[in-house]
Amino acid sequence: MSERPPRADPAVPPQLTPAGGPAADLAVEPGEAPPLDTAPTPPGTAPNLLDSLPPGPIPPAAAFSAAQAEPCLAVRDLAVSFRTRGGTVKALEQVGFTVGRGEIVALVGESGSGKSVTAYALMGILDAAGEVTAGTAQFGGTDLLHAPERTLRGIRGRDISMIFQNPRTALNPIRPVGKQIADVLIRHGGAGRREAPAAAIEMLRRVRITDPERRARAYPYEMSGGMCQRVMIAIALACRPKLLIADEPTTGIDVTTQAVIMDLLTGLARESGVSALVITHDLALASEYCDRVVVMHAGHVVEDAPVRDLFAHPRHPYTARLLAATPTGHASLADLASIPGSLPDLRRPDLPACRYIGRCDRALDSCQVSLQRREIAPSHLVACNNPL
Amino acid sequence: MSETLPLLDVAELSRQFTVRGTTGGLLARLRGGAAAAPKLHAVDDVSFTIGRGETVGLVGESGCGKSTLVRVLTRLLDPTSGSIRLGSQDLTHLPARRFARRPERARIQMVFQDAGESVNPRYTAFDAIADPLRRLRRLRGAALRSRVETVATQCGLPLALLPRFPHQLSGGQRARVGIARAIAVEPELLVLDEPTAALDVSVQVVVLHLLARLKQELGMSYLFVSHDLNVVRLLCDRVLVMYLGRIVEEGPAGAVFANPRHPYTRALVEAIPQIGAEGAPERIRLGGEPRSPIDPDPNVCRFYGRCPRGFARCAEQMPPLHEVGPRHRAACHLVEGG
Repeated sequence: MSERPPRADPAVPPQLTPAGGPAADLAVEPGEAPPLDTAPTPPGTAPNLLDSLPPGPIPPAAAFSAAQAEPCLAVRDLAVSFRTRGGTVKALEQVGFTVGRGEIVALVGESGSGKSVTAYALMGILDAAGEVTAGTAQFGGTDLLHAPERTLRGIRGRDISMIFQNPRTALNPIRPVGKQIADVLIRHGGAGRREAPAAAIEMLRRVRITDPERRARAYPYEMSGGMCQRVMIAIALACRPKLLIADEPTTGIDVTTQAVIMDLLTGLARESGVSALVITHDLALASEYCDRVVVMHAGHVVEDAPVRDLFAHPRHPYTARLLAATPTGHASLADLASIPGSLPDLRRPDLPACRYIGRCDRALDSCQVSLQRREIAPSHLVACNNPL
Repeated sequence: MSETLPLLDVAELSRQFTVRGTTGGLLARLRGGAAAAPKLHAVDDVSFTIGRGETVGLVGESGCGKSTLVRVLTRLLDPTSGSIRLGSQDLTHLPARRFARRPERARIQMVFQDAGESVNPRYTAFDAIADPLRRLRRLRGAALRSRVETVATQCGLPLALLPRFPHQLSGGQRARVGIARAIAVEPELLVLDEPTAALDVSVQVVVLHLLARLKQELGMSYLFVSHDLNVVRLLCDRVLVMYLGRIVEEGPAGAVFANPRHPYTRALVEAIPQIGAEGAPERIRLGGEPRSPIDPDPNVCRFYGRCPRGFARCAEQMPPLHEVGPRHRAACHLVEGG
């Protein structure tokens, strides 16, 4: 019982800023625009996006410098393995990154790189065959990886919420969406049973669903994919989390709707000072909506840098290859280059220190036995013995 | 003569579905019988051609009728009206039911989105590729084996993988099986429905290069359905943009992407995330949902209401396709007169 977090008073919504955080030095006068250079507004974000949002105590994205001092989430040396009939799969090894307060970080990689496993490990919802074998994940004084289930249950959905890839399967198909939002509010003390339905409608309005009173009574099958994803966002933000984890939030959604959803998601996060970890395989999407990108390959973090630096000067050979393979500004098909080789078998007992070695044209002998992780430029980390 | 004849000539093609189970439909039937039942206009008055050796992209959001159009073209569905000609042959009146057993089936083949789901899970790669050859080419024994191996090699599928089942293959290998199976019977037109949507970028590149090479070697035409506009731009010669059952813009891929003339195409192009696009000028964002495709008003532009530039005339007259450049047409009142 003692681990149970204090239940929030329904009248006082959970505060976004933890006590004693750096918010005090960062407070901006109400109505004062945050400095432009530190608060990039995503293109296309309408200024009135959050008219109905109460002003958050944290100015959007202004926390970057302080983010280093006390990040929202700090993952260190995370290792996860899965027991399978074919042997133990070392799915994650020495994964480390931070998400600063108000920062939007992209976790990018191809399938099998471990990005979703990372999110599931943080949420404590790994498959039964998976096991966290090492590491810590500090989140507001709690180590998410070692906290008892009871504590996690109080954190999930309230302080950390998650948006899943396919909204239609993540939502309850036989419950009206308004009730599903209200459920979260009631469970985490965001609203009482009486106020919850109205609060749910208010959330639907915030995610810009037209006619929210009517839509609150709709079932997921009555809504389009884009609308279901808005409902997911409403559920995720209902209790004003400190951290939002979005796992491929727009995969399978049309490109026009994707743009609207991403504008909404990042706009809401920035306005209310929510930190976000966006998992995506789409480098272009990451470049447009995120502040920093963490690139994963075969269970390792290979590069971690601010968006601008990463795309202007990728330092890890894999990042450079991934960029060359992503069709964006290429003049012709011939300019698109593939990445040779494939992911190593993570069940091998003799995995090389660098898991990219078999695909790399810059590999050194030393890459077999040791891997150097270093800060190659300010806040630009790379795990490579022979970076570009 | 046959030089100038396009491979595929689609004229005024429409496909409607009768909507059942709605209150409105029930009332209409009670009042006026079956004729008054509401109709969903999935494909509405679509005309276009595909030349020999040409790659045409078909783009549009989900629900715009791309898949219905593809199913009508591949003769899995019958059109409500209009005509489909393949070379000099009229396919319109061959019923979809019987098309699978006709030799014309071999002339149009299809590659589906995820070969993991579209290949029979109890067929090995060999069986999957051999199936159309058995049915349409009547190949057996050594002739069959040699043809399957030739096609697999052409698609870069190692022969050692032929005895494997789909779940034992990687995503890229499965994509190769899906392509090999489609080209085995030497089609003239290959319809590709989001062939790389399920693949990682590194594998996608390999598959796109494979498709480009096969086209050169075999001289096929492609109809490439995708909502990844970056891929369409790189692979296609010409693009068709569909919105709610109608073609709203068509033209050379370069021109359509560099200078989209229909507001919907513009929104589509501007929605593509681009690397290094921070600080880009304000882009068009589409709010709301498309209009209902059920019994749409024939005099109202389908994009009206969602269009950021709509005006009174859009609600009074459906804009026809106007010429806006060489082989480039857009269906918008704003581009009238070039």
